[in-house]
Amino acid sequence: MAYSFDFSSLLDYTPVLVDGIVTTIGLTAVSTVLGVALGIGGAAARTSTVKPLAVVVGAYVELIRNTPFLVQLFFIFFGLPSLGIRLAEWQAAVLAMVVNLGAYSTEIIRAGIDATPKGQIEAGASLGMTGPQIFRYVVLGPAMGKIWPALTSQIVIVMLGSSVCSQIAAEELSFAANFIQSRNFRPFEVYFLATALYLALAVALRWILSLVGGRMFAKGVSRA
Amino acid sequence: MLEFTLWDILSNLLLAARWTVLLSLIAFVSGGVAGLLLLLARVSPVPPLRVAARLFIEVFQGTPLLMQLFIVFFALPLIGIETTAWTAAAVGLTLFTAAYLAEIWRGCVEAVPKGQWEASASLAMNFGEQMRHVILPQALRIAVPPTVGFSVQVVKGTAVTSIIGFVEVTKAGTMITNATFQPFLVYGLVGLIYFALCYPLSLSAKALERKLNVAR
Repeated sequence: MAYSFDFSSLLDYTPVLVDGIVTTIGLTAVSTVLGVALGIGGAAARTSTVKPLAVVVGAYVELIRNTPFLVQLFFIFFGLPSLGIRLAEWQAAVLAMVVNLGAYSTEIIRAGIDATPKGQIEAGASLGMTGPQIFRYVVLGPAMGKIWPALTSQIVIVMLGSSVCSQIAAEELSFAANFIQSRNFRPFEVYFLATALYLALAVALRWILSLVGGRMFAKGVSRA
Repeated sequence: MLEFTLWDILSNLLLAARWTVLLSLIAFVSGGVAGLLLLLARVSPVPPLRVAARLFIEVFQGTPLLMQLFIVFFALPLIGIETTAWTAAAVGLTLFTAAYLAEIWRGCVEAVPKGQWEASASLAMNFGEQMRHVILPQALRIAVPPTVGFSVQVVKGTAVTSIIGFVEVTKAGTMITNATFQPFLVYGLVGLIYFALCYPLSLSAKALERKLNVAR
């Protein structure tokens, strides 16, 4: 039996796809900003001299990095309500993505911090800077510059991973694809198109992040 | 109403975890073989092969695993292969694993000094002989820690196959939740089972890396 491809029936669903893309971009943007912020905080805690703090953050990082995102998402969306925490689909999706990216970026940023030459920290201390000041003005900028490519890859992985948020009915791109194929019965065409759109999003995201990284960390120095 | 004990839940999850482990092994082994072929194409002296391998890797690293699984699930019937959740999951994860492993191993091959290629070429070795006797043995040493590290991603990737209806531990968790109405407990246990599978792999990847750095 020969199968005849029909992509034309997808045109009617353009608004659905656009909505899905916009939601995927929104989820990614919000969770990138919050996730990286969490990662910076986590990395600071992980490298701090306060032992219990470093241990707790270490446990968080390992727990998240060794369990699937889908299970984290289900735990947050289906599990947390029994503790009285009820989240909307998109809130659960954002929370899961932030928690996930936070763990990975903690580990990535920590590697950048560990690569800071000791002399720079001592130089900062000799200028009378406090610990947090040294972290903010001496360590963080060059560290971020060094690990930016790794962080970029991780952010792209989180964006691609957001496709499973369709399973809690967050209406992003995969959800749109599921919806359309349930209407036009053309699953192959729909998923093919959605996959191509994800690929375009991934390429665009990588490009934007390298631009942002070039701007912010061009000289490897953070600006006050 | 039927009552479920903790042991009822846990034992059923553990039974389902067998399929998570089996699928991980299949994907990792067959993905490793396919990844090796892909690597050979990626670093081969034949430009069209290189481009094709690169394209394959870019596409699989730039699209969600879920979409890859859906496409495999709906594309296999188009070329006359009957799909079950099993075949789609195994084929999809294999392709996914192959793309990532090929890219990881390419980095290891490129870490072998250029002089080794030139020296072996000057001994009149062809590409196959160079790879077999000179490059791969050296690349293999540094490839072990990141390969073990990536196996964690394969195990976690199997969770996504629950969405196309493959009954592994995540799917079992959903089914048990629907019967027991205890999502907090059930998904918590599911998470712990994954952790028990993945954490030893993560630890050994780290240990292998440390050993390698000391040896150098």
